[in-house]
Amino acid sequence: MKRWLLALTTALLVGTVLAQTTVRIGLAEDPDVLDPDLGRTYVGRIVFASLCDKLFELTPSAEIVPMLATGYTTSADGLTLTLGLRQGVVFHDGTAFDAEAVVYNLERSLELPGSNRRSEIAQITDVVASGPFEVTITLSQPFAPLIAQLADRAGMMVSPTAAEAAGEGFGNAPVCAGPFRFVDRVAQDRITVERFPDYWDADRIHVDRVVYLPIPDTSVRLANLQSGDLQLIERPAPSDLSIVEADPSLVVQSAPSLGYQGITVNVSNPGPRDHPLSDVRVREALELALDRNVINQVVFDGLFVVGNQPVPPSSPWYIAELPIPARDVERAKALLAEAGYERVAFELMVGNNPQGVRIGEVIQALVAEAGFDVSIRATEFASALTLQEEGAYDVFQVGWSGRLDPDGNIHQFHTCEGNLNETGYCDAETTALLDAARAAGDPAERYDLYRRAAERYLPHRHIIYLYHQQLFFPHTADLEGFVAYPDGLIRLQDVRLN
Amino acid sequence: MFRFALNRALTAIPTLLIVTLMVFGIQRSLPGDPATILAGEQKDPEVIAFLRERYRLDDPVPVQYLAWLGQVARGDLGTSLRTNQPVSELILEKLPVTIELALLSLLVAVAIAIPAGVVAAVRKGSLADHSATVFALSGLSVPNFWLGIMLILFFSVQLRWLPASGFVPLLEDPIENLRRMLMPAFVLGTGLAAVLMRQMRSSMLEVLQQDFVRTAHAKGARGIVVIVRHAMRNALLPVVTVLGLQLGALLSGAVLTEQVFTIPGFGKLVVDAVFNRDYAVVQGVVLFTAAAYIAINLVVDVLYAVLNPKIAFLGRG
Repeated sequence: MKRWLLALTTALLVGTVLAQTTVRIGLAEDPDVLDPDLGRTYVGRIVFASLCDKLFELTPSAEIVPMLATGYTTSADGLTLTLGLRQGVVFHDGTAFDAEAVVYNLERSLELPGSNRRSEIAQITDVVASGPFEVTITLSQPFAPLIAQLADRAGMMVSPTAAEAAGEGFGNAPVCAGPFRFVDRVAQDRITVERFPDYWDADRIHVDRVVYLPIPDTSVRLANLQSGDLQLIERPAPSDLSIVEADPSLVVQSAPSLGYQGITVNVSNPGPRDHPLSDVRVREALELALDRNVINQVVFDGLFVVGNQPVPPSSPWYIAELPIPARDVERAKALLAEAGYERVAFELMVGNNPQGVRIGEVIQALVAEAGFDVSIRATEFASALTLQEEGAYDVFQVGWSGRLDPDGNIHQFHTCEGNLNETGYCDAETTALLDAARAAGDPAERYDLYRRAAERYLPHRHIIYLYHQQLFFPHTADLEGFVAYPDGLIRLQDVRLN
Repeated sequence: MFRFALNRALTAIPTLLIVTLMVFGIQRSLPGDPATILAGEQKDPEVIAFLRERYRLDDPVPVQYLAWLGQVARGDLGTSLRTNQPVSELILEKLPVTIELALLSLLVAVAIAIPAGVVAAVRKGSLADHSATVFALSGLSVPNFWLGIMLILFFSVQLRWLPASGFVPLLEDPIENLRRMLMPAFVLGTGLAAVLMRQMRSSMLEVLQQDFVRTAHAKGARGIVVIVRHAMRNALLPVVTVLGLQLGALLSGAVLTEQVFTIPGFGKLVVDAVFNRDYAVVQGVVLFTAAAYIAINLVVDVLYAVLNPKIAFLGRG
């Protein structure tokens, strides 16, 4: 009898241990500080997706839906927003989620020293709890992208109790209201989170633990997936996807990214430049000499999407009236001649990694035919940022990770005082149109404003948009229910490991 | 002996100061601003200004240096600009990992190099000697990252015998720890073995020519006894020097191997910190590594004195 009991207990214990499911995810980098108000990396956002629920969420088709909020109404003048909040939600430390918590969080995003969220929601002038589960937000001016911002880090809710107690150290052990709670972190090695039993949407969580492992080398990341040490990886090398597809034990999911890649031309940063590229005809020649499809085929095996605007052609904000121009070497040569040049030499700054150099080489070969002599300057990322800021570059191959609302991909790059305007482009009319598009509540009106702005900034060609990345997530076949989202975050709702 | 050790320890202080000065100077002259990198893609000017002030990046470099030196003198290495973790905590977290990797690689290297070097010297010109030379050459010329990836593809992806990468602390799970350290230790060890083997061989050849070896043979001692007890002990002296230097180098030089196998050690810490312009981490790690390097050399010198008492005697004078 005793022996039976022992066997049964052992079986039960083993069963319990076996039933613990752990999903191991390979990240391309080690995330930075895990505080939603201070965080700045993409991989950090991936970890937040399991730790910190947001006021709003997006769907795989990039529509915005409520998450910790239940909905919102906007006043007629667009200056007041009222958010309804979900009841019965608790943070990982047991603190209740209510209107006061939301007020605390939005104020923290605006006031925390060094907050990276402040500029995203700077239009907020006041937040008050207008009911136990209702907050009223007042804006300095109508700001259409606000809800989209609240569907990202600015909308992530941290426990006010824990944030107050931890002070500056909050990011070392974050406490939020997401499906998983923080367990521990070993820098450059792993971040472990475990299922939060009191999660408000617990029925959709079928995984007990998630371990995030930063593995920068793409081959090693893939090898870990192939050997079964990892269940899911992000950002595989596009050239490795054929290996994934040929392996029956692996599956790959993908989604188009919200961002873009292109070449940024220094037209007048820090001041007017004495360079042929300052002539708009030369820049037009440069664009006409490029073949976006060749770049996509040669460097990315045709897996990405070519484009000529800050948003991909599949976006509802893509201006269909301004399609991708076809390559025209003869016209490019004619434009150069018209501008008074036979050949134009410039330096193209690219990332000092194999892919960056390859893009540079393809561009170099393509535009040479039209009369451009490109020297490639492979530059380490940190140095490239400084050179870009100082205006010590001719052309820089760089991109943007993308934001849910088109404003995030356009306004700060093309307005005179735009925070990320490093080309020196300044056109008062474009700025006025983009400011108006921000404030416009009606989508049709917004589209029209974006179209009119694009008609001004695209022909100026200080940024020549080239392609949009496709986000790939290879995973093992025993991981079910995973869906890729256009913001590239890894959500574990409905994911099972068989 | 004590005075000898003390003298050597005191000479370390100016060396360390020079090292800190160099690290500080070189880092500050690199292009790239830590505040811009820290501010991320959004590059919010307010955030950048805040970070510059917080980490005193606007102070003149000598002021920054003295402030840091004062901090170090109080035993505080500062906090990582990137993750906010204290640098000393990061070092303590990474140090055991790299020490373990270094010791295991050393073990692999010694296990291969000493017997191979001895055999190659004793059987000079034989097939064994040539094979050892070929092995040594390939150990030196095969790049670590390539060998690492090949081992991962073979043992992890094909055979599925070993985990592809990552690290588990020794105290948490010793078996899993060893399984994960096996390939990296082998990769590092074979490179090191090549150097040691060549050193052992030439040193052994030299010793075998000496009179006392002939005397030992003449006394009728057995061949193996002459080789192991008489020749090898003397031949080991220069090998120990190389070993000490290599161990120091392993503490910071295992970067590529650590990157390939994603081992969160010292090398990876410093490389990531350099790319992120995480000044505090780079300074802390370099200072620590320099101190460790000096300490290891000190131990080697003392060991030298034990193996050859003449040295300690000379040191006294």
